[in-house]
Amino acid sequence: MSPNPDPPQALLETPLHDLHVELGARMVPFAGYSMPVQYTSGLMAEHLHTRAAAGLFDVSHMGQLRLEGLGAAAAFESLMPVDVIDLPVGKQRYGLLLNEAGGIMDDLMFFNTGISIFIIVNGACKAADITHIQQGIGTLCDVIPMPEMALLALQGPQAVTALSRLAPGVEKLVFMTGGRFSVAGCDCFLTRSGYTGEDGFEISVHSDQAEKLARALLAQPEVKPAGLGARNSLRLEAGLCLYGNDIDTSTTPVEGSLNWAIQKVRRAGGARAGGFAGADTILAQLANPSLLTRKRVGLMALERIPVRDHTALHSQDGALIGEVTSGLLGPTLNQPVAMGYVGPEFAAIGTRINAMVRGKPVPMQVTAMPFVATNYFRG
Amino acid sequence: MTVKYTEDHEWLKIEGTTDMVATVGITVHAQDALGDVVFVDLPSVGTSYAQKETAGVVESVKAAADVYMPVSGEVIEVNEALRDDPSLANTDPLGAGWFFKVKLSDASQLDALMDETRYSAFSANA
Repeated sequence: MSPNPDPPQALLETPLHDLHVELGARMVPFAGYSMPVQYTSGLMAEHLHTRAAAGLFDVSHMGQLRLEGLGAAAAFESLMPVDVIDLPVGKQRYGLLLNEAGGIMDDLMFFNTGISIFIIVNGACKAADITHIQQGIGTLCDVIPMPEMALLALQGPQAVTALSRLAPGVEKLVFMTGGRFSVAGCDCFLTRSGYTGEDGFEISVHSDQAEKLARALLAQPEVKPAGLGARNSLRLEAGLCLYGNDIDTSTTPVEGSLNWAIQKVRRAGGARAGGFAGADTILAQLANPSLLTRKRVGLMALERIPVRDHTALHSQDGALIGEVTSGLLGPTLNQPVAMGYVGPEFAAIGTRINAMVRGKPVPMQVTAMPFVATNYFRG
Repeated sequence: MTVKYTEDHEWLKIEGTTDMVATVGITVHAQDALGDVVFVDLPSVGTSYAQKETAGVVESVKAAADVYMPVSGEVIEVNEALRDDPSLANTDPLGAGWFFKVKLSDASQLDALMDETRYSAFSANA
């Protein structure tokens, strides 16, 4: 007799799992969790509803943690090519954890609460991120994982209408700011941000209160549940990277066209230039773009044929020049959109290239992102 | 008229007795698993295919699937309305959402396909 094989690793569940099932969600494995990919109305309807009204997403699989201590901001800067020290209290910023080669270990959002730095990282990366942060700066500040917290994203042009009914005052927040609010009797920390290109909020709440909060939000007439499928199509239309697809440890922020995330103060000539993991590589690439062998670009198909992840990209004379990293038919545009990496000589906006779909060339054009105009509330 | 089903979640409506023609589409189960269909690639009229050859593609926002030729034969008609409105594969998969018609070259291949009872049991476990 052979011994029993190891049982397959059980999927984790978020505090909203039973609610998802009750709402008729199709649950799929994602980042080690059982997550709703879509509900009964389907990806397309959820996508369009989020663009028109408000979608509620469970993103509790994502990692939440905070850094505390006087040295936290300076310490966190040693891991990222980003200005942490000068981020004002009450503001949020996009960050990138880099390895020593300048490769992206994860992308994240961080917020200065005044007494801590509150961080949200990708679900699939959270264990490695926390280890990396603890090993890197754990002696300089307290690194406190927050696994007890759930995370909801309420996204769409009517998100503010729905949320301000339950939490008056949130309408005064502008994009990338936040604070502590009571929402339907639940103690929440929320920011006016998200990952769909729309106005909206990300709401951190204790797991014990997550279902109560979700039900209160879903009871608002503007709000419908939306799954990870719609989250993916929304973020792609907004030109936002999916970690693991569009950026990973083999790509640097410069290759990933994320230069905007590297503030001047951390660049050559800045007051705190360098001093972060991978700085030699990143600063060299910023100073001398001819060092780049590839660059992330947006692509729109000129025919209505979807171009998917890992599709080969060819120049018009048939040479292999890169690969699609995310691609689908954008529901808002009803047109295929994609992002991928090409040689720098093909990265200029307007360049015509071909995606090889089932052996046939589909003409595409390098296009500025976002593909769908963002709708952030800047006051 | 006989209706048969394949393990690839296609249906065939078979008409005629000597020159048999099958209308082919994807099942309710298949369109539900795919989600909102946004694109179809249909075979060329006049082309002959062997059974199980790839004859088309059906794509939703989140997934793409090959459409296999369920029986050997020549494509004699394709559903142009489906090309223009791929969502017909969701809204009326067994009717207006048909994909193509094929003139069978070997009717004995039908014997191995499933009838509705067997397909219902098969798709319940798929």
